[in-house]
Amino acid sequence: MDAPISEDAIVGAAIGAAIEGMRPIVEMQFADFSTPGFNQIINHAATLYWRTQVPCPITIRLPSGGTSGSGPFHSQSMEAIYAHYPGLIVMTPATVEDAYSMLLEAVAIDDPVIFCEHKYLYYHLKADKLPTEAMPVGKARIARAGRDLTIVAYSAMVHEALAVAEELAGEGTEIEVVDLRSIKPLDTDTVMASVARTGRLLCVGEAWPWGGVTAEVIARVATEGFGLLDAPPQRLNAKDTPIPYHPNLWTAHRPTARSIAAAARNLLRM
Amino acid sequence: MFETAESVASSDGELYLKAFRFMLLARGLDDKMASLYRGGKIHGGVFLGRGQEAVSVALGIALKKGDVFAPLIRDGAGRLAFGEPILDWIRTYLGSALGPMRGRDGNVHRGRPREGLLPMISHLGAMISVVNGTLIGRRFKGVKGMVGAACLGEGGTSTGAFHEALNQAAVEKLPLVLVVTNNQYAYSTPTERQFACRNLADKAIGYGVAAHTVDGTDLEACLKVIGHAVDQARAGHGPQLVVANLLRLCGHGEHDDASYVDPKLKKGPVGRDCLKVAEEHLLQQGWADAVAIETMTQEKTRKIEDAVAIVQREASPDPYKEIWCALSCRHLSEGFDNI
Ligand SMILES: Cc1ncc(C[n+]2csc(CCOP(=O)(O)OP(=O)(O)O)c2C)c(N)n1
Repeated sequence: MDAPISEDAIVGAAIGAAIEGMRPIVEMQFADFSTPGFNQIINHAATLYWRTQVPCPITIRLPSGGTSGSGPFHSQSMEAIYAHYPGLIVMTPATVEDAYSMLLEAVAIDDPVIFCEHKYLYYHLKADKLPTEAMPVGKARIARAGRDLTIVAYSAMVHEALAVAEELAGEGTEIEVVDLRSIKPLDTDTVMASVARTGRLLCVGEAWPWGGVTAEVIARVATEGFGLLDAPPQRLNAKDTPIPYHPNLWTAHRPTARSIAAAARNLLRM
Repeated sequence: MFETAESVASSDGELYLKAFRFMLLARGLDDKMASLYRGGKIHGGVFLGRGQEAVSVALGIALKKGDVFAPLIRDGAGRLAFGEPILDWIRTYLGSALGPMRGRDGNVHRGRPREGLLPMISHLGAMISVVNGTLIGRRFKGVKGMVGAACLGEGGTSTGAFHEALNQAAVEKLPLVLVVTNNQYAYSTPTERQFACRNLADKAIGYGVAAHTVDGTDLEACLKVIGHAVDQARAGHGPQLVVANLLRLCGHGEHDDASYVDPKLKKGPVGRDCLKVAEEHLLQQGWADAVAIETMTQEKTRKIEDAVAIVQREASPDPYKEIWCALSCRHLSEGFDNI
């Protein structure tokens, strides 16, 4: 349906249709424009099942993350804000194959799913063919195996992390890259198993630093796996300002392969 | 900075001519931005006001120094008439460190809040209540005779923000002028998927707000109707909603070829180009002749080329000199330097 520009009403109508047994998919123009619909998402969709035992199977697609020149209102990564609320599932695919199979799963799931699809996937990635099998929801993927340091990432940052792993392989360092795939549920077991192998943890997220996914991962590893760590766990996020328009500023604002490599080297020296 | 705005002209012809000059300049700047975009010189999107200059200029020209103006994406002409320097326009598009947004924000997201020109956020409808707030604030301060103006597209009228703000202005009896330009498409969404009322101006009735409708392709009508609405607001008659009808004569942005636009609309009355209509009217009325128009056109081109040449030599923002802090109370910033 071509909808009027009414995000609150769009999400509200999706909730209503879901009560009637539909499985609505809402597509926000950009993640940033989900905010007028925020109330319906976090107060209504997220609480419905808990209050009434009637499930709310809606999928909300959020074109997420930064692209050059997009500025403060077309670049945001909002996954952590939604993950904060009980009652929502938050998916953050990093590959075209995952985007495909996870979107199908999102629709099949009986709960509201916030589907954060990074614009990097639209513009820079291709898949040779559609996947025939997929990992289950809530399971992270080892995107690259290694034994010296674990980088936990999700969404477009997985590709920056893989580039760093490739670069540091040339220096004799083996980095393991964990792609979280979904941040809620968050696959602590896979992260912990990786940290058990490497003893070093660097979490990378494109979102802002306060709270958020990287903080959550570190909190879990520190509380449940402190003994596995050979060095203090580190994290790298965007800077704590709105997302700048100019590419000079934007590339310095968010983590890139360059800044991740620097953080990784730093951690290896600790 | 804001020296060009001055809304009282001695005769109809003078006001018309003055408005025409701003329209010409705005169209010229739009064309220049589009060509810089095609040449890869602009990062991000470029959004034109092609076809909407008459409505926009009529609002900008009716506002005075000391008023508040919240233009939207297609209001280049109104911005110029309100007094926005053309360097602000070009610097923001080219990301110059010297522009009012210093490369932090771009393209149409520019303004100078202290000078009454509010820089839009992208979220449609969000500017209207902010204009309301400036008027409430000024009322507390005892300022009289002011007007606040905001612009919106027909798509923006579907937001909750539009309805909340219009009702708020009515309850507070604020001197708000809200100009809604119905350019028949919200990106690719046609009006029949956007609203079901006969005339968008009818939305004003429910809130107890005065409404006006105008042919947005006709500069004379725009000057008259929008000028009247601004006068009414200034005279204390409460908020005014103006609905202008026309066709967007460009894509949503320069990345959009607008292939979805119905050819019937292009040939119909809404599809007229307000700049051409205005030029013909000037000639007909004898307010300008072909030579005068040619001179104005050349002046405009020189002004734009000179300004672009200046900005192209200016520095881009430097991430190492950038202050990475979003708070004005810098001592309360956490920094987050290493994470
Ligand atoms: C709240 C909100 N939702 C979605 C968008 C994305 N968006 C940007 S412009 C646009 C179309 C606007 O149409 P209209 O209001 O008619 O103005 P026009 O572009 O035609 O001048 C949309 C949907 C937005 N800016 N704000």
